[in-house]
Amino acid sequence: MVSGLAAALQAAAAADIAGTVTLKGTPPKEKDITPVMEDANCSKLHTTVPTTHFYVVGPKGELADVVVSLQGISGKSTGASAPPVLLDQKGCIYVPSIFAVQTGQKIIVRNSDPVLHNVHAVPAEGSGNPERNEAQLANGPDLTFSFPKPENFLKFTCDVHFKWMFAWVSIFDHPYFAVTGKDGTFKIANVPPGKYKIQAAHRKAGVVTQEIEVKEGEPAKADFTLEIK
Amino acid sequence: MLSGITGWNRCLHRFAVLTAIATLGLVGMGGLVTSYGVGMAVPDWPNTYGYNMFFFPLSQWVGGIFYEHTHRLAASGVGLLTIMLGLWLYGRNARSFMHWAGLILLLAGGATVVAVPRRWADGLVLGLTGLAFLGASRVWPRCEPSPKWLRRLGLAAFVAVLLQGVLGGLRVVLFQDALGIFHATLAQLFFVLICAIALFTSRWWQTQPARPPSTINYRLSTLFLLTTLLILCQLTLGATMRHQHAGLAIPDFPLAYGKLWPATDAASVAHYNQQRIEVMAANPITVFQIGLQMVHRLLAVAILGAVAFAAWSTGRALGGKNPLSRLALVWLGLILTQLLLGAATIWSNKAADIATAHVLVGALSLALGAILSIISSRALEQVGRAVPSAPGEGAQARTFRTSSAARGALGTARPATTTLKPLPSGGPGFPSP
Repeated sequence: MVSGLAAALQAAAAADIAGTVTLKGTPPKEKDITPVMEDANCSKLHTTVPTTHFYVVGPKGELADVVVSLQGISGKSTGASAPPVLLDQKGCIYVPSIFAVQTGQKIIVRNSDPVLHNVHAVPAEGSGNPERNEAQLANGPDLTFSFPKPENFLKFTCDVHFKWMFAWVSIFDHPYFAVTGKDGTFKIANVPPGKYKIQAAHRKAGVVTQEIEVKEGEPAKADFTLEIK
Repeated sequence: MLSGITGWNRCLHRFAVLTAIATLGLVGMGGLVTSYGVGMAVPDWPNTYGYNMFFFPLSQWVGGIFYEHTHRLAASGVGLLTIMLGLWLYGRNARSFMHWAGLILLLAGGATVVAVPRRWADGLVLGLTGLAFLGASRVWPRCEPSPKWLRRLGLAAFVAVLLQGVLGGLRVVLFQDALGIFHATLAQLFFVLICAIALFTSRWWQTQPARPPSTINYRLSTLFLLTTLLILCQLTLGATMRHQHAGLAIPDFPLAYGKLWPATDAASVAHYNQQRIEVMAANPITVFQIGLQMVHRLLAVAILGAVAFAAWSTGRALGGKNPLSRLALVWLGLILTQLLLGAATIWSNKAADIATAHVLVGALSLALGAILSIISSRALEQVGRAVPSAPGEGAQARTFRTSSAARGALGTARPATTTLKPLPSGGPGFPSP
């Protein structure tokens, strides 16, 4: 009862961190994923040629797919009880291509395509996360993945559709992270009061870090600018 | 089958050549697998998506699976050819081995079907292999066994092809890129070994002692060998680059990121990665990968210089019409082609067909270098085993000539003309004619 009360008090004192990530400079032009249209099966699932989407940038430079997270926190994962995250394969493309989970949190990999995929998780060498490569039949049963160690941008790939299928997941040992949407905004909820280092990481544009102080019950703001050099 | 020369087996030689050609094809298929980055398209081994690989439905041979699966099937074919070649080198003595091996495989196949019915396909493959062995043992050539050293080479080829298959499989199930690099390098060495067996079983090789051999300078032979080793290093570097799965670490040529030597500080590498939009091989590049490609480029220039020097030296020493000189020129041609293909690989953003051709010409360059080294070493061996002839030995005497220009170029101190009498051929290390 005491611990429950303490948790409730802490939740009441916690605050959200919100902000926007913008990109300065002109990103390189995205490319057509032409191999999709050369594949006899996958081409049937597209009417136009899909393009890469490394830089999803809004009219004012708002940058999507940036993983924003608090740094220097460990052992706070609630991944085991957190709801699973869905990684779907639609039209021989991973959706979403960038996402984030906690250690131990389930990632449900779905095959919504009428074609066979293999789901190959490729962690960085020495990360401590296991590499797995499993077949998934057309519209076959979901596969479940989870990772025990924090890692930035662990890659999922399909080696059957070797030329273009990729997704990246960042894994944290705590629940204090978010991924920016198309408007470049993010919100990290229920952060306990304190001083933190907060980092914005984009797979291409790079990483920026700043200090932030979260005060009791008071929303905090953190805007970031990533630069194309 | 004899062809007028005691001991020479035309069919065996042709079979060795066939095995070498099949091996080169297999190396090419392996090149396609890494060029497309589909080595993991079939996640299990030795099965293929749970099937015995020979029973994997044709309808499922799609995308990356097609390249990886056909590579595995072709590897099985080359394995079979290598086993047959190895057994052929044992001549009629292989018959009893094949008989008993066939029986054991047949029994093992039957036992598998009975004991593990769901693995019936494995049992069937074992049983059919056993039957094939049994049948072959009835019609197996009754030729004489090859010399012991050649039989051992056949055995080495068998062990190598077995190891190669296991390495390829372990690379898949253990997720180890390092094994992939070893697999690629061993493939090149295996190709050299099969080419060497083809050379040793050739009529030319076995009759060579009866012809006036050319003078081979020790330094020339060493030059061939060292250059071949340099090519092997280069191929290993290439295999390492291919197994980084990061596409082109440097996207331009002949410059590198617009410079003679690219900047590799953290900011520059971050900038390179910012500008890379990959449709495939979407991994960030690293300083190590950039360094690797620069070393690959520099080594290519060194190899070109070494091969050009070897070709020039051979021509000077033996004359332009000597087969060795001509082979050395072919070698130079291969290296020039290889340089062009390397550049084209970059200009085409690592197009799979061009990158694979680069692998194939690399394999041919290594094999030809090894053949030149072997031939020149053999001639040296003859020189080493020769004794001065007595006056009046006429046709038995052989003359080894070295031009003074070549001696100058190669630093030889041998006399311009030395009359030597070779020892009887067929001694240790060389087959009987």
